[in-house]
Amino acid sequence: MIPSLPQSKFSTRLYAAYITLFFIYLAAPLVVVGVFAFNDSLFPSMPWNGVTFDWFVGTEEPRIGIFNDGQLLESIGYSGFIAVCVTLLSVFVGTCNAFLFERHNFPGKNVLYIFALMPLVIPGVILGISILIFTNSIANGVEDSFGLDLDFLRPGLFIVIMGQFAFVTTITTLVISARLRKFDTSLEEAALNLGATKWEAVKTITLPFLKPAMIGAGIVCFLMSFENFNTTLMLVGSDSPLTITMFDRLKQGSTPALNAVSLMLMVVSGVLALISVFVQRDKKAVDDE
Amino acid sequence: MSTLQMTSGTEKSDTIPMIKLGTFLLMLPLLLWLFLLIILPHLDLLTVSLREKLGYREYAFSLQNYIEFFTEPLYWNTFVRTAVMSIVATAITLVVGFPVSYYIAKVIKGKKRNLLFMMCLIPFWVSELVRTFGWMILLRESGVISSFLQWAGLVDGPVELLYSDATLMVGLVYTSMLFMVVPLVSVLDTLDDSLIEAGYDLGGSTYSILREIVIPHAMPGIASGCIVVFMLTLGNYLTPTLLGGKDSLWFTEQIYNQFITRFNWESGSAFGFLLLFLSSVIVFVGLKLSRQTLADTVK
Amino acid sequence: MSNQLDLECRQLVKSFGKFTAVDNVSLEIPKGSFFSILGPSGCGKTTLLRMLAGFIEPTAGDIVIKEQSMLGVPPNKRPVNMVFQHLALFPMMNVAENIAYGLKRRKLPQAEIDKKVADVLERVSLPDAGPKDVTQLSGGQRQRIAIARSLVLEPAVLLLDEPLGALDLKLREHMKVELKQLQHEVGTTFVYITHDQSEALVMSDNVAVMNEGRFEQVGSPQDLYYNPQTAFVAGFVGDTNRWSGRVDSLDGGQALVLLDDGGVIAGISGNDRTLNVGDRVELFVRPEAITIERDSSAQTGAHLEDGQNTLSGIVENLLFDGANSRAQVRDQQTGHQVTVSLPQTGAFSDLKSGEQLRLSWGVDKARAYISQAGVGKEQAA
Repeated sequence: MIPSLPQSKFSTRLYAAYITLFFIYLAAPLVVVGVFAFNDSLFPSMPWNGVTFDWFVGTEEPRIGIFNDGQLLESIGYSGFIAVCVTLLSVFVGTCNAFLFERHNFPGKNVLYIFALMPLVIPGVILGISILIFTNSIANGVEDSFGLDLDFLRPGLFIVIMGQFAFVTTITTLVISARLRKFDTSLEEAALNLGATKWEAVKTITLPFLKPAMIGAGIVCFLMSFENFNTTLMLVGSDSPLTITMFDRLKQGSTPALNAVSLMLMVVSGVLALISVFVQRDKKAVDDE
Repeated sequence: MSTLQMTSGTEKSDTIPMIKLGTFLLMLPLLLWLFLLIILPHLDLLTVSLREKLGYREYAFSLQNYIEFFTEPLYWNTFVRTAVMSIVATAITLVVGFPVSYYIAKVIKGKKRNLLFMMCLIPFWVSELVRTFGWMILLRESGVISSFLQWAGLVDGPVELLYSDATLMVGLVYTSMLFMVVPLVSVLDTLDDSLIEAGYDLGGSTYSILREIVIPHAMPGIASGCIVVFMLTLGNYLTPTLLGGKDSLWFTEQIYNQFITRFNWESGSAFGFLLLFLSSVIVFVGLKLSRQTLADTVK
Repeated sequence: MSNQLDLECRQLVKSFGKFTAVDNVSLEIPKGSFFSILGPSGCGKTTLLRMLAGFIEPTAGDIVIKEQSMLGVPPNKRPVNMVFQHLALFPMMNVAENIAYGLKRRKLPQAEIDKKVADVLERVSLPDAGPKDVTQLSGGQRQRIAIARSLVLEPAVLLLDEPLGALDLKLREHMKVELKQLQHEVGTTFVYITHDQSEALVMSDNVAVMNEGRFEQVGSPQDLYYNPQTAFVAGFVGDTNRWSGRVDSLDGGQALVLLDDGGVIAGISGNDRTLNVGDRVELFVRPEAITIERDSSAQTGAHLEDGQNTLSGIVENLLFDGANSRAQVRDQQTGHQVTVSLPQTGAFSDLKSGEQLRLSWGVDKARAYISQAGVGKEQAA
């Protein structure tokens, strides 16, 4: 059961074998996606025809590598733009919420807190359609009463950003609140006592303390936004971000260029994940103190 | 110390009736977020689901969309099927994930433990689209597993492993695994080894220790893991669309079809609302049964 | 000079709803002294200190620092600095940045900041600690940095909120001496709150004993120990034996007290209140005031013999602690347990439990305080 208790060799081995199988199950789809990015074939499937880098750098039809595929590059650009906007917005609002919930008392606090958690329980598709309907209602209402066409409220980048922001903010709120809860308020009092104003104390002491959580939350936001599919699918206009473009190609049956994009995505995600772990570890060192 | 706590406790009651300006300014982003992006859109969703289209931008209140749902077996069946499949997927995720979580939390120690735990998290960092794409490459007729089986001489020709309920399960369990393993590992981490040793010392068998000590202790983690996995599975769109059979629709696909393909927002909204309702009810029942709160679950 | 006050509180009150945490406290602290506020947890001393620092506004009364009222002055504008219970060193800054924090808020030029930081580090004997991380320091060093961070701002008063609480025993003993020495050198007024009587007694020029929001007694450590004015102070400061009983008769200044457990002890009033026949009293006798002899005569309860209080009992426990060794003696007739100090000469080093001892102490060593609800109130008023 635990290493300190005697255990038969057979059952220990059986257990280890199960764990190994589990991790093969976890790794298999990711490994094949990566490996087939280099397959010298028009389809991401067997047989294996040897190694090629065409799916990254190829220039001729049908072997267009991702670095020369205008549509893919453009959609990466859209995804990046959306992710940056969503990250900045949700980290800002999440930080405000953390201070609000951890430091202030007001009537209806508990109700608002439950509402702030709600986006986690709402399926992404439904969040998408409700925002689609709502923005559409407003746009129609404005058009009918004022004759103005508010184009940004029609499916497109703006409402995609809003849709992703709507649920990602719950995550930033939770992460940053958790960190703020660990903050020893006597540090802020010490700053006041040493002559700092209220705002100076927050700026010089509390915000630097929250920084690891804000960066960590920001990275998670960025990735969640970049990889979001369900909500985005409902709100997307003509400028489709990467996941939507990939989905369309996947349904049509695509070349291994799709694997190449996926591999790049995995690498970037991995690097960002490592950064966030590193930031988190830094935070732990401070906590232990 | 006690004076200090008492101080903050009583200061709270001093500020009951009025909201200070600073508090209000800080609350503004929260209120905008919740009202404009969560509360009002869902109220609008409810309104739209309760109306009937008479002509161009001309509507009347009606329960038609809900009646249609209950009278049309296709919709009804999809709904039930989605719920049942989600429950099955949740159960499988629990059964597969529990031994792994236990292994990480209790059996293995130190650096190896952290490494294994990190490896469990990796799929979460990779887009769901990429993961699903990986399964397609593995399972399709011209895929890796089919080729392997042929090479090993186990089958004569290519086999199509995609587009079945079993494939769908594999994909759903894969996608949800993280959300089961993380709460389980953290709850099992808090189980003191000496409790297991004591159980053994008092003559307990592996099975009885598991049933009477480990699982009761892990209950909060099991509950929150199951709730989250169920919610995610129910609301999943990508995996059923790409891996599932052509004739077996997932309910989210039904909603998508109503909205985007048939442009019937009224009935799409009704479906959306029903899904939200189902999800909330099951989450609520789950929380009540396990005596947890939503706030505990997301911790 | 001697009349100059650094800090004065006038009829200070703080209530939270119905609960009064600090009840009508007045105090005057002369310039350059080490003043301690001693009391059990929950007695209101933290609230009092936080009012001085400006984190809590008093409900009534006034705080005067350097002849200026502090009412309505926010904490960052007060000429007091505080050493926090857990020190509150900023973990994201190194030692020098921690110390420079307050100077930066005053917008001093960098060169001056550097010089002051170096000076104060020198003064707390950590001249090379500047670039170190706070986490790299030992408990005692961090203590000194926290004090340096406050002292560098040259406050009129330095407030210390049980800063030694988190240290282990040995370091705490050491830091007591060091703090007193430091205060002596810098000459800043220290206001130190603690629940540890030994800290207060060792370091302070004056100590206020606080209980349930009021000051029971303010005086020098010797005063508190030898002339406690209330039953609370007698019981809280130093170890003591306690009996409760009723005044049976009076003879001059002496009162003959009939103990609840049986027996009589003669004592004198511990404060300036006159005892009357029939008053319920608490009697206190310090362990070191009791003389012991080996004794094999028949056991007797507490009684008066040749003008000395006497009782015999059986040694139950020996608490050997070097020069501070004690014995717990059980009065066989009443079951009352008495703690006595063993002489440092080693005369009783062969004492064993089970032996019979005869205890005796002078009438003036037994202090009686009228025990009635509200006795503390009258004292403070």
